[in-house]
Amino acid sequence: MSENNKEKEVIISVKNVSKSFQGRKIIDNVSLDIYSSETFVIMGCSGSGKSTLLRLMTGVIQPDEGSVIIKGKDITEISDKALDEVRRSFGMLFQYSALLDSLTVEENVSLPLKEHTKLAEDIIRIIVKMKLSLVGLRGYEAYYPSQISGGMRKRVGLARAIAMDPAIVFYDEPTSGLDPVVGGVIDKLIKDLSAKLLITSVVVTHDMQSVFNIADRVAMIHKGKVIATGETDQIKNTTNPYVQQFINGKPNGPIDLFKEDIGIKEALDL
Amino acid sequence: MNTISRIGAFIISVYQYVLGVLALFMDILYWIFIGPFKGKTARRENIFYQMVFVGLRSALIVFFVTFFTGIVLAMQSAYQLERMGATLYVASLVAVSLCRELGPVLTALVIAGRVGSAIAAELGTMKVSEQIEALELMAINPVRFLAVPRFFALFIMQPCLTVLGNISGIIGGLIVGVGSLGINKDLYIQTTFKYLELKDIYTGVVKSFVFAMIIALIGCYEGLNTKGGAEGVGKATTNSVVISFILIILADCVLTTIFYFSEM
Repeated sequence: MSENNKEKEVIISVKNVSKSFQGRKIIDNVSLDIYSSETFVIMGCSGSGKSTLLRLMTGVIQPDEGSVIIKGKDITEISDKALDEVRRSFGMLFQYSALLDSLTVEENVSLPLKEHTKLAEDIIRIIVKMKLSLVGLRGYEAYYPSQISGGMRKRVGLARAIAMDPAIVFYDEPTSGLDPVVGGVIDKLIKDLSAKLLITSVVVTHDMQSVFNIADRVAMIHKGKVIATGETDQIKNTTNPYVQQFINGKPNGPIDLFKEDIGIKEALDL
Repeated sequence: MNTISRIGAFIISVYQYVLGVLALFMDILYWIFIGPFKGKTARRENIFYQMVFVGLRSALIVFFVTFFTGIVLAMQSAYQLERMGATLYVASLVAVSLCRELGPVLTALVIAGRVGSAIAAELGTMKVSEQIEALELMAINPVRFLAVPRFFALFIMQPCLTVLGNISGIIGGLIVGVGSLGINKDLYIQTTFKYLELKDIYTGVVKSFVFAMIIALIGCYEGLNTKGGAEGVGKATTNSVVISFILIILADCVLTTIFYFSEM
């Protein structure tokens, strides 16, 4: 794959991005290149800044320094209107699905189509049916988000994310809070979408099983810095102690949660 | 020093709040007046849905509140007017005070409590559960999609509800006048309209437009700026009611002054 990557087109480029909240540096000089139609996984502990990085990539928040270039456009500098234009070419699956409660499953999935296209009602209905059957939820059109399970909501969220046939889909913790089987189903969906529709997937997760299932390439973030990037196998066999500790889920190692919060350690010592 | 800096911080926060609400107002006006020419505006079905929620579903509570206010008003004024043998004038007193003052204000307070709080709670919940962010990422402007239909619905329905409130209050007064004070029904109605002038009605209706804007803006602003989970939603809801109430009474005072001095 690595030879191929060099020829592949860079679709998202994060360049020297930094972001602080209330004086705390959450993202520290991060640079990443994501290639077209690959599945790129960003992993890291909770609080490492990976969700913030995702929000920077989607233009929800602006970086203090650096730039984010999506399909050749620097989204940190363009107008709101141009940003909306870029956003139409990507979809996002939220950690808690973020479906609109007041709309049914069908209305949720059809919302971007109704807002951004001039397609006739029946065509939209057909597209929605197609997207829902892609995620295995045909027949649930009339349900409200509160009437279906968390795993189903995630799948509806995925159907909505791909409603506009986006070039890029961002996933924020797609498998967290799901049972292993549903998590596996979501993983398979992500893989299928990349393979069949050539969608570029950017996945933020700390679910290691999921990482090795779906990733073409992986980046690991720790304390707002990218500490390792590479092919999935390279990451698996790396000697980097941080990555090894993370992959194997060891409580002791270079990643020391207690060092970051002296209060807890002191409390435990008592 | 501490007190002074606290006062300063309070003034700054009020200033920022006012700026925020005005920015939202400008945004809403943009989507109502300029948006349609650029092919983007609020969806009609959303507006009608909100109009049903704001208007139709609030009709009963507005009716009850103003109806009983009319009854109470008639009885209280009869108590005074009886001494002068002028119970007939209960009719005009009830009608004028309802149309000029009580109808618009009571209706606005009821709607602020029922609809303004619902707007703040709904948008606040959407904000904390990332639904607003999801809209933004789908390139759907939350102000256009959520705030404009609510603003529009309130702006149309508030005056309607106010007129309904005026009528039901007058009916309440009529029941007391005819039933308990023994005034002839026709005479009561005649007296009502004899002293009720057009300006009494339209000053009330003008007020209701202003109240509608206050309720919609504060509800939407509080909702869209909610922070911090369930507690934040609770705070936003409470704030929307408290701030709307204060602003409604304040605006009522200002408008009444303007009407009074312009001899309207």
